[in-house]
Amino acid sequence: MKKKDYTPLVAFMSVSILIPFLTNIFQVNFFLTQLTMSAYYALAALGLCLLLGYAGQISLGQAGFFAIGGYTSAILSKAGLDPRLAFVASVLLAALVAILIGMPVLKLKGHYLAMATLGFGVVIEKIVRGTPALGGADGISNVPSFTILKDLRITGGKADRLSNYAIAFVILSIVLILMINLLSSRSGRALRSLHGSEDAANAMGVNVANTKLGAFVIAAVLAAIAGSLMTHLNGSIGPGEANTMKSIRYLSIVAVGGLSNFTGTLAAGIILNFLSLRGVFGIYDDAVFGAILVLVMIFAPNGFGFAFPARFGKGAKK
Amino acid sequence: MNQTILAQYLLSGLIYGSIYAVIALGFNIVYNATGIINFAQGEFVMLGGLLTHSLSSVLPLPIAILSSVTITAIVGALMEIIFIRNLGVLVKGDGGKGGVMQLTIMTIGLSILLRELALKVWGEQVQTVPFFTGNESSSLSIGGAHFSPQLLWIMGATALIFLILSVFFKYTLSGQAMRACSASRVGARLCGIRAEVMVTLSFALAAGIGAAAGAVTAPLTQTHYAIGTSLAIKGFTVAVFGGLGNSGGAVAAGFILGIIESFSIIVFPEAFKDIVSIVILLAVLLARPAGLFGSREASRLKEF
Amino acid sequence: MNGFLKIDGLGKSFGGLRAVDSVSFSMKKNTIHSVIGPNGAGKTTLFNLIAGSIRPDDGTVLFNGENITALAPHKVARRGIFRTFQAVKLIQRMSALENVMLGMHSQTKSGIVSGMLSLPLARAEEKKMTERAMASLEDVGLATQAHLPTGSLSFGDQRMVELARSLVGNPELLLLDEPASGLNMKETAGLTERISNLREKGLSVLLVEHDMSLVMEISDCLTVLNFGQKIAEGNPREIQANADVIRIYLGEDDA
Repeated sequence: MKKKDYTPLVAFMSVSILIPFLTNIFQVNFFLTQLTMSAYYALAALGLCLLLGYAGQISLGQAGFFAIGGYTSAILSKAGLDPRLAFVASVLLAALVAILIGMPVLKLKGHYLAMATLGFGVVIEKIVRGTPALGGADGISNVPSFTILKDLRITGGKADRLSNYAIAFVILSIVLILMINLLSSRSGRALRSLHGSEDAANAMGVNVANTKLGAFVIAAVLAAIAGSLMTHLNGSIGPGEANTMKSIRYLSIVAVGGLSNFTGTLAAGIILNFLSLRGVFGIYDDAVFGAILVLVMIFAPNGFGFAFPARFGKGAKK
Repeated sequence: MNQTILAQYLLSGLIYGSIYAVIALGFNIVYNATGIINFAQGEFVMLGGLLTHSLSSVLPLPIAILSSVTITAIVGALMEIIFIRNLGVLVKGDGGKGGVMQLTIMTIGLSILLRELALKVWGEQVQTVPFFTGNESSSLSIGGAHFSPQLLWIMGATALIFLILSVFFKYTLSGQAMRACSASRVGARLCGIRAEVMVTLSFALAAGIGAAAGAVTAPLTQTHYAIGTSLAIKGFTVAVFGGLGNSGGAVAAGFILGIIESFSIIVFPEAFKDIVSIVILLAVLLARPAGLFGSREASRLKEF
Repeated sequence: MNGFLKIDGLGKSFGGLRAVDSVSFSMKKNTIHSVIGPNGAGKTTLFNLIAGSIRPDDGTVLFNGENITALAPHKVARRGIFRTFQAVKLIQRMSALENVMLGMHSQTKSGIVSGMLSLPLARAEEKKMTERAMASLEDVGLATQAHLPTGSLSFGDQRMVELARSLVGNPELLLLDEPASGLNMKETAGLTERISNLREKGLSVLLVEHDMSLVMEISDCLTVLNFGQKIAEGNPREIQANADVIRIYLGEDDA
């Protein structure tokens, strides 16, 4: 039986707990906000990691689901709905769209699937960019903060930096636990078998179509959660979040982090997005992610990624 | 509906249809030779336009165009030699499926790099290219509909490209070698054809025709560092619509899409125009992946 | 009468080629039934038609009285029909044990949610699957390799893992697609014995195979195909004496 290896989780949590202390020591507490944003982007990438790395289905449409999550939360909470309910609604909507889109589209393979999901992302972007009611090119701003419990809020304030950070990283940790559990369970095995041999999976009674759809929906839900929470964090969302380039970034992150390596993906997602948000890449922001894709394909094309070897339990994951 | 406006839509459809058709031809050439979808195809069109823009201020227009086509073709060839060939999977054995996905992903990365490079060199502004004959106010008319002479250049160029490619693939040794290569790499090797050279040639060819399309349409559509991505999606739509690997189909499908897209403004707001092509793409992929004119036979034989 | 497996008028064309042409036969429960014939005779196609990975153009497949002709492969598996593949299809990255556990997928039901939350049902099923899979691996003598990724095993061992996988779910009918292909003499002998034992345990086996000695040794009944058509059927002795059968095999040698 695949041993449930929680080492990656422990490693991740240790580092996450360490960070706020470090930022305090080095007087860079404002890093925490950008780290929090990076964490949400990494969450969306995590969904893609499950879908691509384990189920073997490529999707270039994660940004579309991120936007669905964000925009739905923004609109509903601005309209007066309790952000917690808005959150649930946005996740459900993303799941619904994922089912509707996934059912036909997952019959496709390889570059056809890539193109179809890319097309989905473009459609979402065009819709949010071109619809005045959705804020048009400017997006939606003044999104109210998300009160989880009495004093626990996701919001843009400086005072809430640490709690925002904590919330994001707790969510990531929980998702990581769920993913680790999933992979060593019966459904996880079925999911992993898709990547190895669909014929074998079929012959063993795995409903391949439904399993693919399940992975697709999970990925979409994770992206939507990320989009929704990020929107409350920033107080706004714009059509740029649905842009193709964002979807390609998620792909780069999964590629460099290691296709079936959750910790690698999280680390790559957080680090790369953090650097990007801090402006370290300057005007070469997009170019960096493009270069990453190219380099990973040259140097580590199989199973992608070369970061984070066995130390983080990558071996056990495979 | 006003006849003039209809004529305008039709013309716009033909112009964009030509671009789409040529991009699709470019996709097909690379796909037939390698099995990969070259995402950077749209960037070749962009380079054609931008290079012509820059060169036309120091060279006579015809030379500028030829130079930009040649330079872009070289860029395509270099791209293949440096990056694609590096993975080596294409030239090992009989062109198995392994590695095709990785290479396609690599072209995504390369298209981004080309785009960012163009941004660095030409900046964010939209750039213009001089009209081949006359200027932006010149117009010809057929039966009351007015259009720019540039349109004739565009249609002519598209027809010429298609003709040249047909002749190349059917009658020249290199063209036949490329077709042999795509049908069976091992067989081609046995006949002394070097697969690596054929693959490089296919990229150079695809890049060249893309650039030609970019150069000839830029006077009317203008050009810009970021046009590549959406062009690539539409080009892919057209390629699949016409039957991936089938070039006659690509041309027909290109014009059909161009015209449908153009007339879609009647029903949809302009902001949603791009959605039309994606809806068509999804419809084709899901309902009839072989495309209008494709068939499993044709794509196996990989006829031009 | 005999209601176990009944193939009736099964036919399939690919393009212009009639791969399987009006093939009918019945298989009795708890027997080993082999399908043989020269290359290109349509054996694998017939197999895939029964297993559900290809849809027939004509004909029906009845299993225990139920019409399973148009069923998708995963549904066929859930009816108790398990198959192996000529080109061994294991999940290379997963360990041998996990591959075999996959074989129990149709016998268990904990889903994504209970998997994620590690609910009691999921854990209980996981324990059961692990035990059964381990036992199955022991049966084929590979218990020591249980935790190795199957990609690192020898071909013969991989075949055995696949066999273990198809047995762990207690199938009623086992479809073996050229199980001896790629095996050496010793491995083939071991395989022959194992298949024979399956009959003792109450299973039924439908076998496609080229290795004549294996087939003649263990089969209760043989169906011979040539160019997609059934040309002979009977027990090993009858088939070996059948003039048509001899002709198609000898004729092949002459060519």
